[in-house]
Amino acid sequence: MGNVGAKEVPVLLTPDGRRIDGRRLDELRPIQIRAGALHQADGSAFVEWGQNKVMAAVYGPREVHPRHLQQNNKAVIQCRYNMAAFSVDERKRPGLDRRSQEISKVIAEAFESVVFAEEFPRTSIDVYIEVLQANAGTRCAGLVAASVALADAGIPMVDLLPAVAVGKVGGAIALDLRKEEDNFGEADLPMALVPQSGRLVLLQMEGHMTEEELAQALELGVSGCRAIYEKMKAALRERYSITPPSGGAA
Amino acid sequence: MLVLPGEEIPSQGLKPGPGTYRVGGKVYASILGLLSPRPPFVQVIPLSGRYIPRPRDVVIGTVADVQSTFWLLDIGAPRWAPLHMTGTPWKVEVGETERFLKVGDSVVVQVENLDPTGRIGVTMNGEGLGKLEGGTIVTVSPARVPRVVGRSGSMIQTITRHTGAQVAVGQNGRVWVGGSPDAIRRVSAVLWMIDEDGQRPGLTERVESYLLATLPTSESGREEPKLGGAPREPPAERFVAGDDGLATPEEAEEPEGEEEPEEPGADQD
Repeated sequence: MGNVGAKEVPVLLTPDGRRIDGRRLDELRPIQIRAGALHQADGSAFVEWGQNKVMAAVYGPREVHPRHLQQNNKAVIQCRYNMAAFSVDERKRPGLDRRSQEISKVIAEAFESVVFAEEFPRTSIDVYIEVLQANAGTRCAGLVAASVALADAGIPMVDLLPAVAVGKVGGAIALDLRKEEDNFGEADLPMALVPQSGRLVLLQMEGHMTEEELAQALELGVSGCRAIYEKMKAALRERYSITPPSGGAA
Repeated sequence: MLVLPGEEIPSQGLKPGPGTYRVGGKVYASILGLLSPRPPFVQVIPLSGRYIPRPRDVVIGTVADVQSTFWLLDIGAPRWAPLHMTGTPWKVEVGETERFLKVGDSVVVQVENLDPTGRIGVTMNGEGLGKLEGGTIVTVSPARVPRVVGRSGSMIQTITRHTGAQVAVGQNGRVWVGGSPDAIRRVSAVLWMIDEDGQRPGLTERVESYLLATLPTSESGREEPKLGGAPREPPAERFVAGDDGLATPEEAEEPEGEEEPEEPGADQD
């Protein structure tokens, strides 16, 4: 990956439909999800997705800080997406920047549309997403991690929130872009799906696509989300699998 | 049966209860937990998450803030619980609250009322309620409290019988442990064990064999035997203590009278 910054555009798609890492157009990178990775948080998850490594921690519902953000009729959802200085090739300048502020905002808004925030008035649900290693698609990986962490924290919500990016590389619509495809491809379209209702609660786009390509990309993305949804559920099942027969004392 | 948020629940004509929601005639789980049909409702019992207060619950709280007429207690719930000075057995003058309880002090209080805005009213007037002196507070998941107490207090009895420690369980998952440093250490290890894998069957046996194996009189008592649910290393932050963290036996004697009657009150199902 050392020559990614080179001017030469790599071959993103071979004539027989293979991508730079050998995947087909509709193939996801390998995903591993671990629910409950941290002790102090009310809920947490660690996600390894391709070469992304993302940790998410959820605290709350708890008292709101700062106080003036408190809402009388529901919980506020505060999200902080942050990339570690060592998460990318060139050192990332630590702290808030415009990109991370935007991502924090869209992720918080995605969760606002699925969490039953009215159940906890005047409180805050704080979601922390730390990107330890980045290789394109970190907002989706962060969302997936945070969603599993919210479920782990016992927060009531409509559904888990799987997310994936679809893009256009070498003239074709491809699922789950990796870094080279993101950098040199023609478009990038991250999305988050509510499987229960089929609604999209996050949809952004960079680059250009025709109307037909967009429709195709959405369809591909939704099927990708459903595959990720199963992995999220499996992770939570694994964490909480050993349970007594309905309420019986040991 | 374990259900996850968004999963459809076979409601069989039952109404959606806590932990569920209904859309278009179908019932779905809204939280991660165990499905529990309780006619006429179907509900999901949480397996994780913060303590959700219920009236009459006895809980252990830590003073988070002091105002002139009340204290704000952190009881592990979504919000801080105000304890008004009239809710104490003391004669408190306005502005003198800090003479009685300071930030960081721990208390046993009872949940009195909850209002729709989420405000949690607590009182310290009642048997077994009051300030905690000495000892250690160990926090377990509120979902594990029934396991810590055991059927009609059997687990607590097992623990106290084998250690000689005094134990008071708050419904919010905070457990006060008093006694000799060794007893506190062993009880803490047992509590972490219950917190870690309290849902696996055979818990009482595992706790009992751990306590027997660590009896201070036996020579091998010092070694921590690795049992099925190996007690995890005690994280230092878990200790919340009155003063120096460990009670001398004399100190621990003091709150005993207040604490003991509270255990049976820690009823679960």
